[in-house]
Amino acid sequence: MSTPILSLENVSKSFGPVTVIDDVSVDVYPGKVQVLLGENGAGKSTLIKMMAGVYQPDGGRILVDGKEVTLPDTKASENLGIATIHQELNLVGSMSIAENISMGRMPKRFGLVDRRRMRADARAALALIGLDLDVDQHVGELGIARQQLVEIAKALSMDARMLILDEPTAALTKREIAALFGVVEDLRQQDVGMIFISHHLDEIAAIGDSVSVLRDGSFVAEVPATTHEDELVRLMVGRDIAQQFPRRREYQGPPDTLLSVQNLSTKGMVNDVSFEARAGEVVALAGLVGAGRTEVVRAIAGVDPYLSGTVQVRGKDLPRLDVGAAIRAGVGHVPEDRKVQGLVLGASVNDNIGYATLASTARAGVVDFAGQRSRAQGVADTLRIRMRDLDQPVGSLSGGNQQKAVFARWILAESSVLLLDEPTRGVDVGAKVEIYELINAITAAGGAVVMVSSELPEVLGMADRILVMSGGHISGELDATDATQDAVMSLAVRDVQRDLEDQQMKDEA
Amino acid sequence: MNTVAVRKPTTSGRARITTFLANNGALVGLLVLGLALFIATPDFLTGPNLLNIGIQASVIAVLAFGLTFVIVAGGIDLSVGSVAALSAMGSAYMFSTAALPGWLALIGGLLVGALAGAVSGFAVAFGRLPSFIATLAMLSVARGLTLVLSDGRPIATAPTVSFLGSTVAGVPMPIVVLVIAGIVAALILNYTVTGRYMYAVGGNTEAARLSGIPVRRVLVIVFALSGLFAALAGLLLSGRLDSAQPQAAAGYELDAIAAVVIGGASLAGGVGRISGTLIGALVLVVIRNGLNLLNVSSFWQQVVIGLVIALAVGIDSLRRKSGSH
Repeated sequence: MSTPILSLENVSKSFGPVTVIDDVSVDVYPGKVQVLLGENGAGKSTLIKMMAGVYQPDGGRILVDGKEVTLPDTKASENLGIATIHQELNLVGSMSIAENISMGRMPKRFGLVDRRRMRADARAALALIGLDLDVDQHVGELGIARQQLVEIAKALSMDARMLILDEPTAALTKREIAALFGVVEDLRQQDVGMIFISHHLDEIAAIGDSVSVLRDGSFVAEVPATTHEDELVRLMVGRDIAQQFPRRREYQGPPDTLLSVQNLSTKGMVNDVSFEARAGEVVALAGLVGAGRTEVVRAIAGVDPYLSGTVQVRGKDLPRLDVGAAIRAGVGHVPEDRKVQGLVLGASVNDNIGYATLASTARAGVVDFAGQRSRAQGVADTLRIRMRDLDQPVGSLSGGNQQKAVFARWILAESSVLLLDEPTRGVDVGAKVEIYELINAITAAGGAVVMVSSELPEVLGMADRILVMSGGHISGELDATDATQDAVMSLAVRDVQRDLEDQQMKDEA
Repeated sequence: MNTVAVRKPTTSGRARITTFLANNGALVGLLVLGLALFIATPDFLTGPNLLNIGIQASVIAVLAFGLTFVIVAGGIDLSVGSVAALSAMGSAYMFSTAALPGWLALIGGLLVGALAGAVSGFAVAFGRLPSFIATLAMLSVARGLTLVLSDGRPIATAPTVSFLGSTVAGVPMPIVVLVIAGIVAALILNYTVTGRYMYAVGGNTEAARLSGIPVRRVLVIVFALSGLFAALAGLLLSGRLDSAQPQAAAGYELDAIAAVVIGGASLAGGVGRISGTLIGALVLVVIRNGLNLLNVSSFWQQVVIGLVIALAVGIDSLRRKSGSH
């Protein structure tokens, strides 16, 4: 085999007392796609940041073309031909494709920007990956998938020999993923080495050559990309699924309907969605990103308006677009992105836990500080939120503990209908299990849970019923006891709208 | 990677003082400033001079208290100077021209300010105007209305308003008003539900909305309070002169903003304290007072004030950067 473009040899990295990477080795060969596999918190991000020069290893060596190097900063890494395509793209939406591709190194003529050459350079860069776009178009007008390709073209125009693709498929549709993989195939032919990170196991066999599995910062194994998915999961989590999803159904009371959604439609995203959630039940909304799951949950919570349909909690209609009314009716909403939508990161844990109950516990508009504090402390203890004290800014907690703080708000508000949008995203393995136990506790107490999740094992492991969404419709319902990943996926890719139109045409014929 | 919450070692007494001083840079600055002036000139630390400082600080501080609400909630209010002038002129007009009783003219002046603020608040909350634009518009509208109302001439204030600017039994009323306004503002910000909501809205508007916080109502209240405090400042100012001037308090919004940010508030929202704002206002006034005592020309004073603002906020953001990682 040829010399690797880049090798990490037995690298380690600690932050203070916490070791996040412990003696890991990875090689990236020209024309090969090396997959990094591991759960959130397994150390993938830290590893690629070492490759990109963001972090420097405490131990071990980095080799480029077989020669030991140090990467003190991202510039050093870029100069050696290593480029990272981040999930958050580094593009300026209000500037043209050409300007973005030559950002920071625009060709000049007489001290002014040489626009003609800039455009030509951009066209050449796009041609490298077979992309035919108007280089004067603003990047902001492109979809995410196209933007990603522009970013790749930009990296290649800077003579990148190795690309780090950090979850490039997370926000893409099936078709866009196929286009991206076509580009990856081309790059493989051009001897570009690649690191590929994805949580979708099916993509590994499709695109990868070899897989490095990480768990809790340690190297577990390197296996061929053709390895069976079950085996990959076993390597990744180090235990079987049953332990990972400790679903218990302990509610003994009557199965009252707590939440009833009828014919809900929103502008463009949700189409005639109806379902119910009963006491003691976990209903999962599965489907691909963009299927309308988050939009359903946000409409129920009163965050976004809807065009038609009704939402009832315990038989009473909820007004449209009124978060306060939803909360008073017993709805608690754990949004998709806790940092942006869930928490005021600079405010204390105490404040964040209390926002939904500040007004209802106040006397004449004056905050009940002592009561609020003791209640917050009680819930924080119950949920085992690991923190210095209640006055610590919530932004300084770990991801799992931040998420528990969002849950704590609704536990305090005694919400009985919990809408959980990707409740375990970006949460480490231990905290995940704690969140699952929390879901058990909520349902055991007679609450109903509606859970949006893109992680199929989680959906299969925790839900009682699975509603699969596709293109804004509910494309099917599955009982969790006999549902399989395949069954969910085939519903998730079903084109309900087209089926309806086919039916209509058949009827008319 | 996940952020790792490192447990801080138990703080010793000395460490605690260090932390306190690090968190109260403006207070340290004020004390250093006071000490330097005490050494430089015997005229600084005298009873009359300190009272003078208090009186001079009162208008800026009261304006800045109201502005603190807005800045904590993540906005900015450029109209406070103009609203102060309009409120004072409105009050004087009610008394002198409309012949309303003095107490009514006082309350009426305050209402004018609150109303002007609420209008800005509506424009921000429901009209979705950036607060910079909404209050820039109000800055112009309020000043224009002041001129319309007065026809460009000063109007005599009601005795109730003049009382606010007077000295009773050796106690200057502006300082009394300053203290009461400060206490009320601090109580609102720290102890009321709406006050706590201001921090949430300024810290993360979207998260606040999803937590059921009535964001738009909070914004209207915030700007109305800013207008109310601006009105009080305007009445103080006109009371001291016994007349409402059409060009009163022009440019004061910049001093008020400076006081709030020197006091440690963040223009990004979510951070700020009334005590800090008070210190910020005192820093500004003490510098002016000291430079006057040292016979530094008022032209140079402006240069110094500008540098102090840049320095105070610069040090603060550097500290923040090193504090968070």
